Amino acid sequence: MSITVRQIRTGLNGDEAVAYAVKHANVDVISAYPITPQTIIVERLSEFVYNGELDAEFIPVESEHSALSAALGASLAGARVFTATASQGLALMYEILYITSSLRAPVVMALGNRAFSAPINIHCSHDDAYAARDAGWIQFFAETVQEAYDLTLIAYRVSEDRDVLLPSIINLDGFILTHSVEPLNIFADSEEVSRFLPERKPVNPIDPDNPITYGPLALPDYYMEIKRQQAEAIYSSKPIINRVFEEYKEFSGRRYSPLKTLYIDDAETIFVLLGSTAGTIRHMVRKWRRENKRVGVVSLTLYRPFPEEELIEAIKDAKNIVVMDRSFSYGSPGGQLFMDVSSTLLKYGLSPRILNVIYGLGGRDFTPDLAEKALHLVVETDEKIVWLGVRG
Amino acid sequence: MIEIRWHGRGGQGVVTSSILLSQAAIYEGKYAIHIPEFGPERRGAPVRSYTRIDDEEIEIRYGVLNPDIVVVIDPTLITYKELILEGVDEETRFIFNIHDSNVPGDYRGRHVFMVDAYRIALDTLGRPIYNTAMLGALIGATNIVKLDSAIEVMRNRFSGEVLERNIQALKRGYSEVISLG
Repeated sequence: MSITVRQIRTGLNGDEAVAYAVKHANVDVISAYPITPQTIIVERLSEFVYNGELDAEFIPVESEHSALSAALGASLAGARVFTATASQGLALMYEILYITSSLRAPVVMALGNRAFSAPINIHCSHDDAYAARDAGWIQFFAETVQEAYDLTLIAYRVSEDRDVLLPSIINLDGFILTHSVEPLNIFADSEEVSRFLPERKPVNPIDPDNPITYGPLALPDYYMEIKRQQAEAIYSSKPIINRVFEEYKEFSGRRYSPLKTLYIDDAETIFVLLGSTAGTIRHMVRKWRRENKRVGVVSLTLYRPFPEEELIEAIKDAKNIVVMDRSFSYGSPGGQLFMDVSSTLLKYGLSPRILNVIYGLGGRDFTPDLAEKALHLVVETDEKIVWLGVRG
Repeated sequence: MIEIRWHGRGGQGVVTSSILLSQAAIYEGKYAIHIPEFGPERRGAPVRSYTRIDDEEIEIRYGVLNPDIVVVIDPTLITYKELILEGVDEETRFIFNIHDSNVPGDYRGRHVFMVDAYRIALDTLGRPIYNTAMLGALIGATNIVKLDSAIEVMRNRFSGEVLERNIQALKRGYSEVISLG
């Protein structure tokens, strides 16, 4: 493949970008229930189907539990499927999240990251992404609207690969990405995209003429072997994800990797985070470098499987690590990404100073002064967990 | 980079103005981002949105803290001077929607432009929706994008008579905006 593919530069919000990616992926079935801030995705998709621009079944269900159940069924029947949700919707899907990954159904879902209630809040936290972290789904985090588009297409290639067969979530920060308009390049149409993402070739689809069983009972005699296989499956997806990133670069000209780094080589302090705030941190890192402060940043595009080796390679020489969580794991040693990063460091025999920053819950803005404060705290104090920008 | 902060009330079109401006800049090959305010979405409540425009890729994602331009699309909001003057400096330009009143003395010595977008909106749209008139006024006052670019992106958002009326509102805002120094 070479970069002869036709692309159009346009301005879209994150939700619209995902809707275009799903259209360009030429999906067969969309099953969804509207919830802010992902609603625009399914609104656009229903328009595409209604206008005849996309030849797909649009199933308007009565709840998110049903949305994912229908997506799972269609996926097992061999269809390329899509669903989207956020926050409480993800919570209502919870039971089916595990079943989808365990049945190895390559469902692709966009998650417009939004805080869990109570209090009711429609804005960004990563509560929903973290709630799904143990469920066996591959998880990508978009930093920009362009990434939300690209990662959706990448997710289909990864999930449907016969050596993966696992569902994927594309996380995009609620409002900050879902509703922000940015420039991006999209492909001209699904025919162009089919060169990267051909029609799905299902493995063992449900077929009335050749009945097979999905989801049987497995008691102590087999359950553990099946779960071990599932654990192997998601770890083994890593090289395939890397290969698909490489092929996408050839196809689109845009490079993806499990994590993005800036100024890590001689960094004394490295920030580690997920999602759209990475750009603000990179902006601050450039400023700090001009002030001769040795700071770097690592942002994770791939969250599950957790890119341990790449992360360790990036942060192994740093004295201080700031791990930023846009959520909290109540009663735990710290935020969820903090626990991921800390246990990875320990696994590799490293013990730098780590500060866990809790920021941006429920959409609170993350501004440069908060980044300055985090840098000050990690270098000058021995605080372990700090809630930045919180009153009292 | 040019940073713009839009003030209005829910339902008047601050979000649409900011989206159209960012899309017009993108249409011209620039980098731009429209950021909705991360606050309540209630009709009538004061709301903001933010636009950033640059020749280079924009990485920052927080709301605009120190605007180069403040556009107040609701005529009643200019009296809330703590809101309007937050984070501004002596270079900041202000575009106000003024109807049946004067610009308050608080803005004396600042770069103020005004337009009667209320009148324009009623004449063209028949309803007090100020987004396209105020976008026109902003372009007329600052030439931040070309008027034709705004018309081009409006074609993707509106159609038929609604499009024609909004183009009229845009053009009138563009030509009727005046500088108060």
